[in-house]
Amino acid sequence: MFKAKITVTLRKSILDPQGKAVEHSLKSLGYDRIKDTRIGKYIELIIDSDSKEDAFVTAEEACKKVLANPVMEDYSFEIIEEGKD
Amino acid sequence: MGARVGIVVFPGSNCDHDAYYAFKDIVKADTKFIWHKEGNTGDRNIIILPGGFSYGDYLRCGAISKFSNIMKDVVRFANNGGVVIGICNGFQILCESGLLPGALLRNERLQFVCKTVSLKVENNKSIFSFNYKIKEDINIPIAHGEGNYFCDDVTLTELIGNNQILFTYNDNPNGSVFNIAGIQNKGRNVLGMMPHPERAADKKLGNADGLRLLKGIAESVE
Repeated sequence: MFKAKITVTLRKSILDPQGKAVEHSLKSLGYDRIKDTRIGKYIELIIDSDSKEDAFVTAEEACKKVLANPVMEDYSFEIIEEGKD
Repeated sequence: MGARVGIVVFPGSNCDHDAYYAFKDIVKADTKFIWHKEGNTGDRNIIILPGGFSYGDYLRCGAISKFSNIMKDVVRFANNGGVVIGICNGFQILCESGLLPGALLRNERLQFVCKTVSLKVENNKSIFSFNYKIKEDINIPIAHGEGNYFCDDVTLTELIGNNQILFTYNDNPNGSVFNIAGIQNKGRNVLGMMPHPERAADKKLGNADGLRLLKGIAESVE
């Protein structure tokens, strides 16, 4: 069993108004060194698979077909053995 | 034969009855609901994807609806030249399904906007808009939180070049690129728009600017 830890965010070229609002509030608290804030989604998949490579392929497919919309979103993920995080 | 309208009902659709009322009682067209589990569009020659929150807008608006049983046949129907109209959530589903380019982002100001807005008719040579004058201003209600139309520059240039933009906002309420409120596909048989023409189809309810669009569609398949 493997776990895919997936993050989906708006593409860099797209304004993220939620991220901007949070960034402004962080700045108002004095966090001047925070230069950019993006808000996205976190998705976990538990994949019944014998190999990490195979789990990777499944997660990649799921991202492409369902979890992210390439018109507006980027995704990234890591695969870890279930129970080892 | 005439117009045979099919209104797809997803779990979470909530403008399906408004569309039914407008087509059945005002336009006087043969109108039926189609439950999302049904496998085909049957004898219908106009398919409406109504507004609402199909599948609770989970993941992304329209993202889960596109995998429903009926949508496979709606895509086939549209690719064979069938007339499909997506209103609000229906527009989001059409973009997710790839029948229309682009995507609908969250409104720029992050707020749900529910009001009547002024639209400009940018192209009146489509089966959806021929009952309007070019550059005519019409008032149609909007009610959405994710109506901020987005596409890349290449797609926008194509939309403009192919006269696919039918309606724009006179006062952009959501941040849409190029003030886009409604577009058609290249084949000119699929329309997606965030404003609700079916909510402006009965003079008794105060505004019938959307009726010419609905009537036009019915006339165009006759």
